[in-house]
Amino acid sequence: MKQGSMFRKKTVPLLTMISPVTAWLILLIALPLLYMLVISFCGTDDSHNIVFRFTLKNYAKLFDPTILSIYSNSLIIALLTTVICILVAYPFAYIMASTTPFRKTLMMIFLMLPFWTNSVIRLYSWRTLLGVNGYINILLMKIGLIEAPIEMLFTRGAVVLGMVYTLLPFMVLPLLTVIDKLDGGLIEASGDLGAKPAQTFLHVTLPLTAPGIFAGSIMVFIPCLGYFFVSNLMGGGTSQLIGNVISRQFKEAFNWPYGAALAIMLILITLLIVKIYTKTGGSIDDLGVM
Amino acid sequence: MAKAIVEIKNVNKFYGDNHVVKDLNMEIAEGEFLSILGPSGCGKTTTLRMIAGFEQQTQGVITVEGERVENKEPFERNVNTVFQSYALFPHMNVTDNVAYGLKMKKVKKPEISERVENALSMVQLEGFGKRFPAQLSGGQRQRVAIARAIINNPRVLLLDEPLGALDMKLRKQMQIELKNLQKRLGITFVYVTHDQEEALTMSDRIAVMNDGVLEQIGVPADIYEKPATKFVADFIGETNIFEAIEVSADAAGQVALKSEIGEITGTDSEFSEGEIVYLSVRPEKTLLSAAPVSGYALRGTVRENIYIGTVTKTTVILQNGQEIRVANAAGSSVPEAGSALYVYWNPSDAVIIHSKSGKIIDAFENVDLSEYVEGSA
Ligand SMILES: Nc1ncnc2c1ncn2[C@@H]1O[C@H](COP(=O)(O)OP(=O)(O)O)[C@@H](O)[C@H]1O
Ligand SMILES: [Mg+2]
Repeated sequence: MKQGSMFRKKTVPLLTMISPVTAWLILLIALPLLYMLVISFCGTDDSHNIVFRFTLKNYAKLFDPTILSIYSNSLIIALLTTVICILVAYPFAYIMASTTPFRKTLMMIFLMLPFWTNSVIRLYSWRTLLGVNGYINILLMKIGLIEAPIEMLFTRGAVVLGMVYTLLPFMVLPLLTVIDKLDGGLIEASGDLGAKPAQTFLHVTLPLTAPGIFAGSIMVFIPCLGYFFVSNLMGGGTSQLIGNVISRQFKEAFNWPYGAALAIMLILITLLIVKIYTKTGGSIDDLGVM
Repeated sequence: MAKAIVEIKNVNKFYGDNHVVKDLNMEIAEGEFLSILGPSGCGKTTTLRMIAGFEQQTQGVITVEGERVENKEPFERNVNTVFQSYALFPHMNVTDNVAYGLKMKKVKKPEISERVENALSMVQLEGFGKRFPAQLSGGQRQRVAIARAIINNPRVLLLDEPLGALDMKLRKQMQIELKNLQKRLGITFVYVTHDQEEALTMSDRIAVMNDGVLEQIGVPADIYEKPATKFVADFIGETNIFEAIEVSADAAGQVALKSEIGEITGTDSEFSEGEIVYLSVRPEKTLLSAAPVSGYALRGTVRENIYIGTVTKTTVILQNGQEIRVANAAGSSVPEAGSALYVYWNPSDAVIIHSKSGKIIDAFENVDLSEYVEGSA
């Protein structure tokens, strides 16, 4: 057997041993990433052409105060979104896990239904609700709660709302998985030993479902940093995210090397978060991305 | 009987249309070891869960220490449970599992650690405090579950087949330990099991359940020697059961009965002529004779002898095909397989069971005895 495999290694050309999947991964992910890495160390000439000469100035620019404030704004929005998603998704997933199979399916459908529509289009519908002339303002004025329409769109709150709306299922699904697996006998045992329902939640339910909270948080936090279209539609440019800056460098400023450096930085931040996640006991499998 | 600590009055439990517990009445005395014994699916766990308050009875009243169970949440009751699956908290080590109940009741830290140590030594788990449930054997988990329950000083401890998952040797050892623990603590134990031997060796009293009905409750000796129903006679230990009609009784209470194959004899204080009853005789009380015995018309053939150490078990086939089991004590003479014999017993060793339904259910197959006996007609 050993001899045979050695024989094969020697005679079959290296390239034919690469599986189609590996080939696709190299072509579609590894090569573009490598290209980004390379150009992030390059400059541009006056007509925005990339000049292949090594420089660190793109990375130096990352520490510009405006860029740093955009990073912090991004992180704040991502954090707020994650926290709100946990607070909304946990009771939702809990009810879903403990209800009848029929209602569970129904809730699942309502949760996933919006995904059959493009998220940009769905966010537009929020604008018709939240806008100055939107339905919510009209309603509030009709019932006399407010005199003049209030600006709800184009605020950080609106961006967070859009993010929560877009990313909520990614929090619900991992939570549902862990809550479904929770052994009801442990909840009974806790009550039997004298714990009140709140104590049982704190000491048994919460620790045993923490992996789902972790996994869901990763699934929400990371996309949040990059979903520039949410900030565009809901924030109208008032709330800049890292994703907005990157997209602008590529699509408007045509400074690809700088955009690449920003993107590489975002990737590094993402990897750092995932690293922290796995270091604290999180499992990549729970993320459901692999 | 001591004062009742648990009272179950006219309790019925339905799951949908499924009538799981039927008109149950039971009093559990303070400090006793009561076993609920019955085959799988007869409603033992449901009964226990109703006492614990996890399940609500459809009808009837359950009181613990005089208070209705349904008026209190599980965490307010002076009752603790050792679950069939142990239900140890997987994310806590042994110490934290055992300390859980005291922590929830906000007992002071030094007292908690002292009582945890105490409880762990009571179940012989000193030094295991830092281990997690996944790092323990089945027997050790069982002990943790017991320590976690008794540390709360419950008035009543409910145990649902706590030894079910253990191997035979460990089971026997734990039976003794549990019984000793119960004596030492003086706590009322309500112990669910489907193992009649376990119930007989451990209990002060046994409640035998079948199909949601309490068939009999009493001390082990009564359950074994004076079964109240055919089910109890059959379920507890081995027995030979005859369906028969009571014919006549003499002044001493000795009763002549007519069974399918002929006359048999027993004793009955509630004789009633013409009533259909069951007569039950244990294998160790069943005797064999080469000559006919007056009062017994039970001729049969020895099919086989099985030596099992303390006794030799002989199987005799009667003329109507019924199998009779006879236990011959070690050292006594054992009949040869294939030989024709007469079965009889001491009238006082037979128990007559007054069946409520009174109808003949069992259809006996007729077996050609020539298969077993050479030269018999
Ligand atoms: N939660 C439940 N829902 C519906 N039926 C149940 C439930 N729990 C038990 N049963 C039924 O009640 C009967 C008695 O069950 P159980 O009390 O668990 O029996 P045992 O403990 O004696 O084996 C069984 O027929 C079982 O299927
Ligand atoms: Mg059971």
